[in-house]
Amino acid sequence: MLKVRDLAIRFAGRSASEAGTLAVDGIDLDLDRAQVLALIGESGSGKSATMLALAGLLPKSAKTTGSVLLDDRSILHLDEREKSTVRGRRIGMIFQDPGGSLNPVLTVGDQIDEVVRTHRRLDRRAARAETVSLLSRVGIGDPAARARAYPHQLSGGLKQRVAIAAALAAQPTVILADEPTTALDATVQAQILDLLVNLVQVEHVALLLVTHDLAVAAAVADRIAVMYAGKIVERRGPEQLVTDPGHPYSRALGQAALPFVAAGDGRHAALPELPGRMAEAGGTACAFAPRCPLAIDRCRAQVPPVVPFGDGEAACFRAGETAQ
Amino acid sequence: MGRTWTLIRRRLLQAIPVILIVSIGIFGLLELAGGDAVDAYLAVTGGGDPAFAERLRQQWGLDAGLWVRFLAYVESLVTLDFGWSVVMSKPVSVAILERLPNTALMMGAAIAFSACLGTLLGGIAALRKGTAADAGITVGALVLNAMPSFWIGLIAIVVFAVKLAWFPLGGIASFDRPDLAIGRVLDVAWHLVLPVTVLGLAYMALYVRLMRSAMIETAASDWVRAARARGLPRLRIVRRHMARPALLPVVTMLGLQAGNLLGGSVVVETVFAIPGLGSLAYDAVSQRDLPLIAGILLVGTLMVIVVNLLVDITYARLDPRVTDDRVRAGGA
Repeated sequence: MLKVRDLAIRFAGRSASEAGTLAVDGIDLDLDRAQVLALIGESGSGKSATMLALAGLLPKSAKTTGSVLLDDRSILHLDEREKSTVRGRRIGMIFQDPGGSLNPVLTVGDQIDEVVRTHRRLDRRAARAETVSLLSRVGIGDPAARARAYPHQLSGGLKQRVAIAAALAAQPTVILADEPTTALDATVQAQILDLLVNLVQVEHVALLLVTHDLAVAAAVADRIAVMYAGKIVERRGPEQLVTDPGHPYSRALGQAALPFVAAGDGRHAALPELPGRMAEAGGTACAFAPRCPLAIDRCRAQVPPVVPFGDGEAACFRAGETAQ
Repeated sequence: MGRTWTLIRRRLLQAIPVILIVSIGIFGLLELAGGDAVDAYLAVTGGGDPAFAERLRQQWGLDAGLWVRFLAYVESLVTLDFGWSVVMSKPVSVAILERLPNTALMMGAAIAFSACLGTLLGGIAALRKGTAADAGITVGALVLNAMPSFWIGLIAIVVFAVKLAWFPLGGIASFDRPDLAIGRVLDVAWHLVLPVTVLGLAYMALYVRLMRSAMIETAASDWVRAARARGLPRLRIVRRHMARPALLPVVTMLGLQAGNLLGGSVVVETVFAIPGLGSLAYDAVSQRDLPLIAGILLVGTLMVIVVNLLVDITYARLDPRVTDDRVRAGGA
């Protein structure tokens, strides 16, 4: 249903002569209704740029190539008017900071009402009824009263539930969630993840979850795509990715996210650290080679092709090997 | 509504010490300034011998000691008897009440004009940030702000009243007043166009700059990005999600500016010969009419307090976060 092919994003340099920065270097993604796809990677891997491109929210200075098809219609290069019929109506979005995504001077009900009314042509009263129903569906108790509250009167978890309700308000087919639980307490985090997984089933929407946290991704996703330096380096089911990662970078992510598992004997293992910095996207070698414990000469000479691995695929010459 | 009433009650209670301090300050300042009503009177009437001056001082109660005069002053304030104006030859309260509506009308119109136009232009400048329109608005407003308002006033009179004859030279109404009420209203409005424009333009720059910077900030906010992601129409995002939160600093500034505007009205009323509080204050000061000066300053203080009360009420309605805190702090 959502089909991304060879998507590349380049942010313009400061002048016309500068090449600019390649943020995303030709990625493919597939996502169906009632499915959760997690896109994980560290800061600067291109995961957020990918998400903004799908939502049509990239700044004008960013150039995109490739294709993004939603129900077989291209949504990548639309004008502003066409974009606003895709945004909200077909793609809902949830951001990291639940407080920031709500206007502080309007009640939360007003902010959901306006989405409902913009996309669904309901009158004021019907829109409010729909808003109350949405708030109740995202697990907010006493929804009619809460609709009259201002954002500052709600807790972080409630605000994120409101933001989720606003993203669902126009009945989109795809929800993009950018680190939706990162700003929340651990217990609230689990509740919000449960809610998202539940909504994917009940509302029959597709969820693309962007996160840096493998534990979060593994807990909710049907498939996980690991991004590094603008490329997808591994694509697996969650169990196999955690227990038997193919790419050395995925392995490193797993060790960083699940230290207890890595230590094995119940004691704290020191969090492993990746040496060096992330290479720029678009090189002629494996971007991870400079930081990779398994790197061989071949890795520094050519870009490793994507090869089948386990229940998915990995882009590594030494997929599945370990340092020992 | 309960919150609003709590707010009003608290503000009115706070006004009492403000008025007390202001009235003591007024007395002190006039005492320090030197020279009294008799000096000013003799200067205007061409002088007189010291014995005549002494007799006048006794007659007007100016020969008594500092404390006696201060107590008399406080007593008259408490009993709301502002005394007799030598300059106007009528009770101070009557003199002020005659002039107050003209000034209140002019100030209200000027505040509304400068805030509305300034906010609108500031918003446009923010949306067109970095373009020629932005630079034109920002620089234009600053130039108007930098030019003295009496000079703009005189230029406006020369161009629009003398050369083009679109507007009257000055005053608040025509001598041959129209019979119908609507005609009289239009006549006053016609007289107020130039002074209100001059006064308003001079104070507009502040609102332009405030609104521009506040709206650039809200335009970059996460909630505007979220509103775009929800597919809301552009105009709606600009109005509800960018402009509305950006109005908060503008409203705050309205209250702070009210006092300045009253000062500015002295100049503009003098230039346009409008019989208002500003020109009355000018006469009172130049002729050392202490009761009149005190009365005008107190009324001015009251006007500023009232404007700020209105500002607080508006602010509380625009920003729900503030109401909660203030009402809680007020012990409601």
